[in-house]
Amino acid sequence: MIPTNAPALAPLIFLLAALIIPLAALRIRRLAYVLAMAAAAAAAAVSVGNIFRVLESGTVHYRFGGWPPPLGIEYVLDPLSAFITAVINLTALVVLVHARLTVAADLPERKHVPYYALVMLMMSGFNGIVLTGDFFNLYVFLEIASLSLYGLIAVGDRKSPVAAFRYLVIGMVGGGFYLLGVGFLYINSGSLNMADLKAILPAVGARPEIIVALCFMVLGFGIKMALFPLHGWLPDAYTYAPTATSSLMAPIGTKIGAYGLLRVLFFVFGVNFVTRTVPLAQVISWLAAAGILYGSIMAMAQDELKRMLAFSSIAQVGYIGLGIGLANPLGLLGAVLHVLNHGLMKACLFLVAGNFRMRLGHSRIRALDSGARRRMPWTSAAFTLAALSMIGLPPTVGFFSKWYLALGTIRNRSWIFLAVILASSLLNAVYFFRVIERLYLRPAMQDNEARETEGRSEVAPSMLLPTLVLALSLVVIGLLNVVIVKGLLVRFLPPGLEFAFP
Amino acid sequence: MRRNENNPIIDLISSLVAPFIMLFGLYVIFHGHYSPGGGFQGGTLLAASVILLRLSLGSDLGQGQFPSRLGTPLASLGVLIYYGTGLAALLLGGAFLNYAFIPFSVLTPLRRSWGILSVEIGVGLAVMAVLVAIYDDLLEGEPDA
Amino acid sequence: MHDFLVGHYFYWFIFLLMTIGLAGIILKRNLIKKVIGMSILQVAIILFFVASASKWDATVPILDPALGAADVTKYINPLPHCLMLTAIVVGVATSGVAFALIIMIWRRFRTLDENELLEKLKNDPD
Repeated sequence: MIPTNAPALAPLIFLLAALIIPLAALRIRRLAYVLAMAAAAAAAAVSVGNIFRVLESGTVHYRFGGWPPPLGIEYVLDPLSAFITAVINLTALVVLVHARLTVAADLPERKHVPYYALVMLMMSGFNGIVLTGDFFNLYVFLEIASLSLYGLIAVGDRKSPVAAFRYLVIGMVGGGFYLLGVGFLYINSGSLNMADLKAILPAVGARPEIIVALCFMVLGFGIKMALFPLHGWLPDAYTYAPTATSSLMAPIGTKIGAYGLLRVLFFVFGVNFVTRTVPLAQVISWLAAAGILYGSIMAMAQDELKRMLAFSSIAQVGYIGLGIGLANPLGLLGAVLHVLNHGLMKACLFLVAGNFRMRLGHSRIRALDSGARRRMPWTSAAFTLAALSMIGLPPTVGFFSKWYLALGTIRNRSWIFLAVILASSLLNAVYFFRVIERLYLRPAMQDNEARETEGRSEVAPSMLLPTLVLALSLVVIGLLNVVIVKGLLVRFLPPGLEFAFP
Repeated sequence: MRRNENNPIIDLISSLVAPFIMLFGLYVIFHGHYSPGGGFQGGTLLAASVILLRLSLGSDLGQGQFPSRLGTPLASLGVLIYYGTGLAALLLGGAFLNYAFIPFSVLTPLRRSWGILSVEIGVGLAVMAVLVAIYDDLLEGEPDA
Repeated sequence: MHDFLVGHYFYWFIFLLMTIGLAGIILKRNLIKKVIGMSILQVAIILFFVASASKWDATVPILDPALGAADVTKYINPLPHCLMLTAIVVGVATSGVAFALIIMIWRRFRTLDENELLEKLKNDPD
């Protein structure tokens, strides 16, 4: 039963957990976390199994309700969706291990159960977005994930409701435009199924409605992904949300928007339509390059660690957008590899910020000094490793995705983009070394409090272990990246953009 | 039964009308396949009747029909009915939500019809509970007007 | 030209509604008015879908024994209507979450005016 239902299992498991948690935890509060972990573990196992299934037998289609497409809703498990669901489910599992103590510390007791239920609902939404093969179903799961995310952000700091409200309004406008784009496509073709539309669109041609539909859908995904001018909601949302929410949102949320963009641009409309008929890929690449520079420059000016990481995320999403906009195989490989890499790196960095908040009470950069590092040596080490990966030093993962992106820009002869990538690596070094310098080189400030609490006071194992696991994985996956790229990623490349390694 | 002393007319009329609204809501849920209606619409009407009582009698007197603490659990239960129908279909051999596999009756179209009715009931319950829960949560801690 | 303006009058109306909604979100300073603008935008999109489903001289998509099931041009397209049921529910849920957030903002900052709120946020100790 599991193999035949494999494509649909991950969102269904999370949905079941989201429904059972409020009922089960009526009696026993602790069950909420246990059920959440169980669901995350089960979904991660299913997703990893799906990767192997896809490698053996190719793309798997699953029809909900037994109705064949285009009448029914279809879930498609191809190498790209299998890879991305595995990435987000594994990341969510590791972050949930870390989340137990931070949720207990950040939120009042009565909000714990709804919090975990919303996390499960959000993960169900994200999985549904990646696996679905139907445009309207994507809208439904997009809204499920977004609404849960607004709730998860709003229970953080004092200013978090304002951040959540801003994200709500911007996100809803984006969703509305996406829906409008789907409507235009439906009216002109009569089908909502992605594979079906791929066959019908060449016959329909490049009418104004189709071009507008494409632009609206890109707008909707761009808002979700925080592509350059549409990033306004991101800094406040990442900063003021509770630690567990930021750690779940940062590695996963924006990647889902990037996945949607990839799917619509290259798998439905086709590379010729988005590069020659409508120069949308070029526009996206220019906006992404602007986002890279904007994010990196703004990150240098921040004092709070989470806010700096938020602007850094805007820059990193710019890398993915640049890879998508280049529209050649190397660029796409770089973009998808960066989805994995940035997920790991940002998760590790946000977990470190959470660790600092737990032990030091704050995560302000100017207040960090080597007293902090002496109290939390492992956390600081993990931060350094993740920072080196963000800058792009081999053999950490960050180097490899930037390498593919750089090769992609060379192939397109876009020297400006190559310069942007190199310059931003330099800027990354600047703002990360600010923190590393404070942690390792700045002498500890002498005051009574510091003298009393000298000595190790690292965070609890359930928080430290995920941080270290993610930091180590940056090196391990960096060394294994050839296996990942050649074994799995090369297979996902859309038709028209095949690539063979020399 | 304690009554709201300030507005006897509102009190009386809403208490008389609310059961009919509920009945109409149930009618709309069950006749969704034939006339305008269905789970969401019927659930909204059911919620309207409960909220009418809460508005007219005040929050604590209006708890009789639908206590506030039932909001979230009933919503989960409603969606679980929906999910359970789909899961039953999956466990009995078909795809998720393929009602033809659930043994409601002998004929396949009747099975699909009963399956749709089952999910609509789940949706109606969930929508009623959620709308009343939204009303309760928005007014939590406000003194009775 | 005549057909473009008058023949598609319903779409012009929807376009006007969408513009009003977007203008409300951007230009109004009160947070509740922004939510109302967002709601108007969503309703306009829903109306667009529903309008696209209608056909000339067609009736509701419930099987009529007199008309039979053979000729589909006699019934309007039910699919956009079903899609919009979901979109309406999404709109309701969004409004619910938005109003809950507004109440939280009111309780913490005692203002719902965007400019005052931004001032208070700037001066608020972190």
